[in-house]
Amino acid sequence: MNNVTLKTENLCAYFGKQQVLKKVNLSIVENKVTAIMGPSGCGKTTLIRCLNRMHETTPGARLTGRIWLKDQDLLSMNPMLVRRKVGMVFQKPNPFPTMSIYNNVLAGYRLNGIRLKKREADRTVEEALRSAALWDEVKDALHKRGTFLSGGQQQRLCIARALAVKPEALLMDEPTSALDPKATDHIERLMAKLKKQVTIVIVTHNIAQAGRISDYTAFMYLGELIEYGTTETLFTAPKDPRTEEYLTGKFG
Amino acid sequence: MKGIHIRIWKDRLATGTVWFLSLLPLIPLALILFFIVSKGISSLSWSFLTSLPKPPGETGGGVFNAIVGTAMLIVLASILAVPMGVMAGVYLSEFKGKALPGLVRTAADLLQGIPSIVVGIIAYAWVVLPMHGFNALAGGVALAIIMIPIIVRTTEEVLLLVPQELREASLALGASRWRTILKVVIPTGLAGVTTGILVSIARIAGETAPLLFTAFGNPFLALKVTEPVNALPLVIFNYATSPYQDWWRQAWGASIILVAMVFLLNITAKAIAKRMGGSVTNE
Repeated sequence: MNNVTLKTENLCAYFGKQQVLKKVNLSIVENKVTAIMGPSGCGKTTLIRCLNRMHETTPGARLTGRIWLKDQDLLSMNPMLVRRKVGMVFQKPNPFPTMSIYNNVLAGYRLNGIRLKKREADRTVEEALRSAALWDEVKDALHKRGTFLSGGQQQRLCIARALAVKPEALLMDEPTSALDPKATDHIERLMAKLKKQVTIVIVTHNIAQAGRISDYTAFMYLGELIEYGTTETLFTAPKDPRTEEYLTGKFG
Repeated sequence: MKGIHIRIWKDRLATGTVWFLSLLPLIPLALILFFIVSKGISSLSWSFLTSLPKPPGETGGGVFNAIVGTAMLIVLASILAVPMGVMAGVYLSEFKGKALPGLVRTAADLLQGIPSIVVGIIAYAWVVLPMHGFNALAGGVALAIIMIPIIVRTTEEVLLLVPQELREASLALGASRWRTILKVVIPTGLAGVTTGILVSIARIAGETAPLLFTAFGNPFLALKVTEPVNALPLVIFNYATSPYQDWWRQAWGASIILVAMVFLLNITAKAIAKRMGGSVTNE
């Protein structure tokens, strides 16, 4: 059996009185890409925001159940430590506009008050940018601001920023929905390479994308995890009629 | 088809009216500037800026002490008001939706509505009486009280423009709330915060009423915060109400300096605000 990086047990999440996740049990396998798909409002974004404790930064939000990061109880850990181990890439590229490309990549260190020696910093920046397949495009502009890059480049800069702190898992919340097809393709191919170094969880409402890039797929509907399995099985032989209806485009 | 001519005519009338009414507010501004410049330009000279006032009755002399005094009062007020105002503004924008920030916001709005002469009395009671005499510090306190609510509200408004995604990006990297505010939110909104501070300085530079019984005025050059100091608005007030014709002339001269200063602050603030447009949005 494969190693499990992240595991939820009876995870329930709420915004005020409204329950958005209902007893979700999900095991994310190490060094694989897991796609979470489902129609709008099904709780897929909330699910991954629980996994790095971002859910609780929203006023009125709370959760019950348990989450494991390898053998550690994620909910009893310090949230700031959790977020360093479980990185996140957002829907809209969000490099820090006041920082250079170089400092954006190092933001995870700088914002946590960790000082790196010049050589170590240079190496970290290069490694992270190479991992995010951005190095060749920006190596001569490292000290320019990241906001002058194209949308796709900005998103890869955000991936590099998340990778620089060497997380165990990378959560991606519809990372290509604001990008054009070419930039999307670039990031999808990047993910196939990245999974060798980090476990990836991607939220997508794009069925074709889930099929193309993921090893495992979870289908969520109205806050419940309806079906979970290898992408191949789920796409070719879904067990639940709702999964089949969603995959065939009957709703969503 | 007949109706279209009437509609075209109505459209022209409406456009013309809007155009005319929007130009009206420019008239008083132009008249004020024309008046001040035509009356005061003859007083302006290097020695007017750099020499001290002459005793009553003698012609000549300048407003050097008032320029220094105004600068002193602005620095004092800024030292008192900027940290407090910016911090309160940060608090309002970053912890919105709770009860206490709502209270602080209302307090800032009420404070902004207090007449400046009343602020002067307060500074008189708080600083002048305990220190047994008029002094620059009291003037600084009075002006700071006027500055604070302006800085609070502009800081809040500008920081609310900082995209939520940037706060999330920082938190998701494991940064604390405090470091997120300090290293991401404030730097991103810095140009706007600076603009707010400059606008508040422009606002207090011309305040006269609260200085009448705090900084008081001083015909000599004073450099200590415990002494009464002169200020440009006080010079204008005192000289314009004096019986000496030469002082009336100097009051106009001082007006030009004051107006030029306020204009410069406002234009700088506008220029910085314009540049900020690029740094706050994420495109």
